Amino acid sequence: MKFEYAPAPESRDIARLKPSYGIFVDGKFRAGRGEAVKTINPATEEPLAEISEAAGSDVDDAVKAARRAYEGAWSKTSPAGRSKYLFRIARAIQERARELAVLESLDNGKPIKESRDVDVPTAAAHFFYYAGWADKLGYAGFGPNPRPIGVAGQIIPWNFPLLMAAWKIAPALATGNTVVLKPAETTPLTAITLAEIIAECDLPPGVVNILPGGPAVGQALVDHPGVDKIAFTGSTGVGKMIQKSVAASGKRVSLELGGKAANIIFDDAPIDQAVEGIVNGIFFNQGHVCCAGSRLLVQESIHDEVIDALHARLETLRMGDPLDKNTDIGAINSAAQLARIRALADSGDDEGAVRWSPECPIPAKGFWFPPTVFTGVSQANRIAREEIFGPVLSVLTFRTPQEAVDKANNTPYGLSAGIWTEKGSRILWTANRLRAGVVWANTFNRFDPTSPFGGYKESGFGREGGRHGLASYLESEAYLAQ
Amino acid sequence: MSATLSTPSAAVSAPAGGIDWSHVGSDNASLRRFLHGLPGVDQVGAEARAAALATRSIKTTAKAWAIDAAIGMVDLTTLEGADTPGKVRSMCAKAARPDPSDPSTPAVAAVCVYPDLVATAVQALHGTGVGVASVATAFPSGRAARKTKLVDVADAVAAGATEIDMVIDRGAFLAGHYSQVFDEIVATKAACGPAHLKVILETGELVTLDSVRRASWLALLAGGDFIKTSTGKIAPAATPPVALVMLQAARDFADRSGDVRGVKLAGGIRTSKEALRYLVMVNEVAGDRWLSPDKFRFGASTLLNDLLQQRHKLTTGAYDGPDYVSLD
Repeated sequence: MKFEYAPAPESRDIARLKPSYGIFVDGKFRAGRGEAVKTINPATEEPLAEISEAAGSDVDDAVKAARRAYEGAWSKTSPAGRSKYLFRIARAIQERARELAVLESLDNGKPIKESRDVDVPTAAAHFFYYAGWADKLGYAGFGPNPRPIGVAGQIIPWNFPLLMAAWKIAPALATGNTVVLKPAETTPLTAITLAEIIAECDLPPGVVNILPGGPAVGQALVDHPGVDKIAFTGSTGVGKMIQKSVAASGKRVSLELGGKAANIIFDDAPIDQAVEGIVNGIFFNQGHVCCAGSRLLVQESIHDEVIDALHARLETLRMGDPLDKNTDIGAINSAAQLARIRALADSGDDEGAVRWSPECPIPAKGFWFPPTVFTGVSQANRIAREEIFGPVLSVLTFRTPQEAVDKANNTPYGLSAGIWTEKGSRILWTANRLRAGVVWANTFNRFDPTSPFGGYKESGFGREGGRHGLASYLESEAYLAQ
Repeated sequence: MSATLSTPSAAVSAPAGGIDWSHVGSDNASLRRFLHGLPGVDQVGAEARAAALATRSIKTTAKAWAIDAAIGMVDLTTLEGADTPGKVRSMCAKAARPDPSDPSTPAVAAVCVYPDLVATAVQALHGTGVGVASVATAFPSGRAARKTKLVDVADAVAAGATEIDMVIDRGAFLAGHYSQVFDEIVATKAACGPAHLKVILETGELVTLDSVRRASWLALLAGGDFIKTSTGKIAPAATPPVALVMLQAARDFADRSGDVRGVKLAGGIRTSKEALRYLVMVNEVAGDRWLSPDKFRFGASTLLNDLLQQRHKLTTGAYDGPDYVSLD
């Protein structure tokens, strides 16, 4: 018998799409002075709404508003008062969870099951978590009286639009900073909706400003002399440019950049769960994840067994309409990203790796790339060295634990890694030697607001999440009282 | 169901094209090496996978198909000290025609009773095509001499049972006496003759998923036609992570031997929603070869009525309440 799942689409009306959106500055929504651009649904290429983007003068307005708020209402708000606002935002996100999830899937292309079960609840969880810290900063280990930095310019990527906004805004506000946030050009809708939520929560004007726009807006924000701190999540290339831009400016910087994580499967791993971890590591969010487990390092003695099991598992993945509740793999976010993934995958073919994808029909319209596994990959191949940021897994083998560690660390990146073994001592031995900011053992791509997240080497610096995440927004001073 | 193995010596011989496992059951040390050489199960990961599968949304035509499939996979069960011939006859009538108001409703796969009521059930179900399963081997605890257990089986088969649900000796399993468990399954299989053998692992007493995986393989190697979660007398009975591990064992056994054996989940499954989630799990973990009453069963008493109510809801658009399904 065949069990065919009937379509189970979430209703698009829940997103309450408006024909046009603008910018949010000084507590008010208005049209930006930049270009009017259409944001599209990457699953269908249909326009969703028109965005009047910010221009340089809007950046100036926003930074000035943030400065006024920082020196005025926000600094007069008690720590417990900041908590109250953050708790309010967290609850409001939960109340509008379904709307935000549908909106995110429409604008980003990710499956509704992920926006519903991961992005939106984790975004709310970050606000809840940092709400709790706001009035306890003297006990966070940064001295008895840590102070905010000032105005934070925050630039976020398109892979987790709402969640990244939460990662940036929640710790900044908890520590008493004000923010100017620029969402990614292809995914502005949930950030603007978050601005609506913030406005409804009655935050003082200027504490949070949101400026949809392209790279020029980001550059203007980075260069603005009124900004005290830049927090950026995105590509390593742009991260390097930002660091050059702010050199000698006195601005603080935290960067969360690319990755090429190793997911290491030892021969004593729980194989069925390891296969789930491989799938979750690289095919979660179509592989548009900076910490994706894009390099599978599997012990050679179990290579065939693992790859057979992985192939069988991938045959059950369902690619298609992101709003269908049974969709596992959604659309690639943009034509540009699709072209990049295709080019890198083609280089895998050219360099002699063996490509495999499950049988899966590709929709006629929209941007799609099937889940893809390359075996026979060498450390020298581009697909083992460069971040693909797509659903493409490169499989390499190792013989000994030391070789696994050496290969895992043999990359300019160092954001995350995974270890699969039933032996506790091997987990600790390996984790101690991996140069990666996050090491998962017998799991992958798990995000929790209590856990610090960030990179080594060219994956960036500074941590987001947990107590460590407060440090990125605090001036920590030696404090001596007689 | 697949052709079954009927002699002890044939229990672990490989079918053509499969792997020769005949050495595995030869002694306790070999069995132990094999079972402890299976990959471990990470409990957190297994629970997460089971929970993720439970988010599948089964609607409209898929739901209608799945409800009918589930009804056809039910082993309608009564295993009470208070069971009487009247109770069993009443349940058999329901098994053959679950919904008298709608003849398109499929019959269940089998009824499941204690050995002394098998004859009653066989008579009541004559000509309906519904199977008669009997628990045996000193069910539910299995605490009796092997001789006694085998007599129990022989009685049920003689009375006309087409399926035997045995319990493994959990004490022997937990003590590491794998050969003892293995030999008992082999002997029970021999006593079954033409009847199909379901091997109850009683996973609620094995507790860890590693033990569930090992017991599943042990039962499959020894020649069980089905592996079954529970007696229904111990809580927890069937749970999603346990079902996941058992379905993986059946799948892996089939991949390596070419021999597709069945899985039965019993105990605690009361709602259509749970049953549909398990069918999703069967579909995505084991595959569609298991989507048939020959290879997958629900052991249940109250589940059937909920399936029938959901079926009414789909056809009429309204819930008509518990008074519109029969109590048996």
